[in-house]
Amino acid sequence: MPEQPAEPAEPVEPVLEVRDLAKHYPLTRGVLVKRRIGAVRAVDTVSFDLRRGETLGIVGESGCGKSTVARLLVNLERPTAGAIRYRGEDISGLSGRALSQVRRNIQMVFQDPYTSLNPRMTVGDIVGEPFEIHPEAAPKGDRRRRVQELLDVVGLNPEHINRYPHQFSGGQRQRIGIARGLALRPEIIVADEPVSALDVSVQAQVVNLMERLQDEFGLSYVFIAHDLSVVRHICDRVAVMYLGRFAETGTDTEIYEHPTHPYTQALLSAVPVPDPAARARRTRILLSGDVPSPAAPPSGCRFRTRCWKAQDRCALEVPRLAVPEDLRTARGPAAHASACHFAEERVAVAHR
Amino acid sequence: MTQAPDVTRLLDVRDLRVEFRTRDGVAEAVGGVSYGVDAGRTLAVLGESGSGKSVTAQAVMGILDSPPAFVTGGQVLFRGRDLLTMSPRERRSVRGAAMAMIFQDALSALNPVLTVGAQLAEMYEVHRGMSRKDARARAVELMDRVRIPAAKARVNDYPHQFSGGMRQRIMIAMAIALEPELIIADEPTTALDVTVQAQVMDLLDELRREYAMGLILITHDLGVVADVADEIAVMYAGRIVETAPVRELYRRPAHPYTRGLLDSIPRVDHKGKELYAIKGLPPSLLTVPTGCPFHPRCPRAQDICRTERPPLYEVPDATDTVAPGRASACHFWKDELDA
Repeated sequence: MPEQPAEPAEPVEPVLEVRDLAKHYPLTRGVLVKRRIGAVRAVDTVSFDLRRGETLGIVGESGCGKSTVARLLVNLERPTAGAIRYRGEDISGLSGRALSQVRRNIQMVFQDPYTSLNPRMTVGDIVGEPFEIHPEAAPKGDRRRRVQELLDVVGLNPEHINRYPHQFSGGQRQRIGIARGLALRPEIIVADEPVSALDVSVQAQVVNLMERLQDEFGLSYVFIAHDLSVVRHICDRVAVMYLGRFAETGTDTEIYEHPTHPYTQALLSAVPVPDPAARARRTRILLSGDVPSPAAPPSGCRFRTRCWKAQDRCALEVPRLAVPEDLRTARGPAAHASACHFAEERVAVAHR
Repeated sequence: MTQAPDVTRLLDVRDLRVEFRTRDGVAEAVGGVSYGVDAGRTLAVLGESGSGKSVTAQAVMGILDSPPAFVTGGQVLFRGRDLLTMSPRERRSVRGAAMAMIFQDALSALNPVLTVGAQLAEMYEVHRGMSRKDARARAVELMDRVRIPAAKARVNDYPHQFSGGMRQRIMIAMAIALEPELIIADEPTTALDVTVQAQVMDLLDELRREYAMGLILITHDLGVVADVADEIAVMYAGRIVETAPVRELYRRPAHPYTRGLLDSIPRVDHKGKELYAIKGLPPSLLTVPTGCPFHPRCPRAQDICRTERPPLYEVPDATDTVAPGRASACHFWKDELDA
């Protein structure tokens, strides 16, 4: 079933339009003759727009498919179905030169600064590597200077250009990864858990850096994380993902202060608030059971097996991601897209 | 808040010192740490990686990797008896029955080739001399107690067949099997998803109350600490920089590092502007700065901070009376408190 884009279009033209994106990994049996016995539906009909200069957050727990979305966006994986349109052109089927042209503009920053940098390459080689693939971006004689500029931009000492990754701390390595992502002056950066592996004090440095770079270079971010607090801080709009689908999308205020989807409410209620005085005001919604396997997702609403509101209708009918009818007339912050038949506002975080 | 029964200190760590003797030199991983916990209370030890919070706990439990780690001084008093001067045999018996530890990574802490039932039952067979059948029955009870669904059917499953949250419950079950007086939990929920983390923390807190256990929670997560701790010890570069009751610490931190941490976390309950970022990096333990180890990163640092190591100053509470357990290792704690 085709779904509506996450939100009605605003005047700002989207740089990226994602429509009904799906990624299914085949499950096979047999050694010589592989028979297909099913599929893991990692991502199933996900649609959203990314506007110029904004940060879209995708939050969800492990296995919800958020990292697969990231890999699809930067073409590390091919979608099973759906379209990814960059400036109006579907890039999901491109290959060769056309693909590499588009890729220049959509770069990725990875989670683990320890494994995503080649330990045998110097920092200069790592950050300058994109220039090898796209020689037109920087003339050969100019590269060293460009790399040093990039190091300076992300707050590293340009004189450390000949050092190796192991000579840097985790936070510094993440800066190297960001410098590499910036090298080709992309429009869009897809960041998959960019600060999750970092200590609190270093995390703040990298978050601030990413915000500064966004302003400086007019970047659009897709920011993927499991930490709801970081996502609230950095994102303009948020999509909550569960088992391969978006459960709810909206602005940060809509999602965090006026959630209407039961999963979002449960997720938010579980986040520990760093304020001992909030202990008494907190009511946790404890979910029963584990997330079902994406190889055999529940019919209808995928969250229904753990939902306290589930009724017969939820098993039969897939809830559309749209502004729920009951809330449509309200026109308040509760009126945002929520894929629930029984969407209803409920404050889940003990706010100040 | 939970009310503490009036008993003598369950665990009292005094001036504990641990060093790592490495090829590159001697690193003082724990440089004179003192903390304690009473029965039925929760002490949170808060710190970033390399702060020495886990090494301290390992020294208390007697499970340091030695070499390279050596305890070079201090006392670990458990109900008044020093664990460090006990014979290995004596210490093992205390550790087995009276203290237990929960680790971050349940999958590597559990034996992959034994069923969880066998691992739980083993505790009763070895320590309580139970028959195999009785021990099995107790194992199922225990799995029920930590709310593993269909415990009876799953007692013969292997660790890898459980989800991360369920494995952490099994570790908790093993820890409480012999009804210890003290549990040390080292980042018990760090690897878990937020909804699962909430379940596991609730369970741990409930068990602590039910059995009136002391709980030492080692974590970097200021949210989790605010949720469950009674007292807090903040560690930096192998030392305690501040101790305080939980509400005091969040409301009126008395050390610039604590304040920096509190200001640098993004909040789920409101959208802030730019995050405060503590400048620089935590020091290498091989080259801890002179004076106050935090001074190169501290906005308050003066000359005295570079030359003189601050002791743990007693800090009064809001009504200006000396508060038990409130202390700060900052020469300028007064200014910080008033800030």
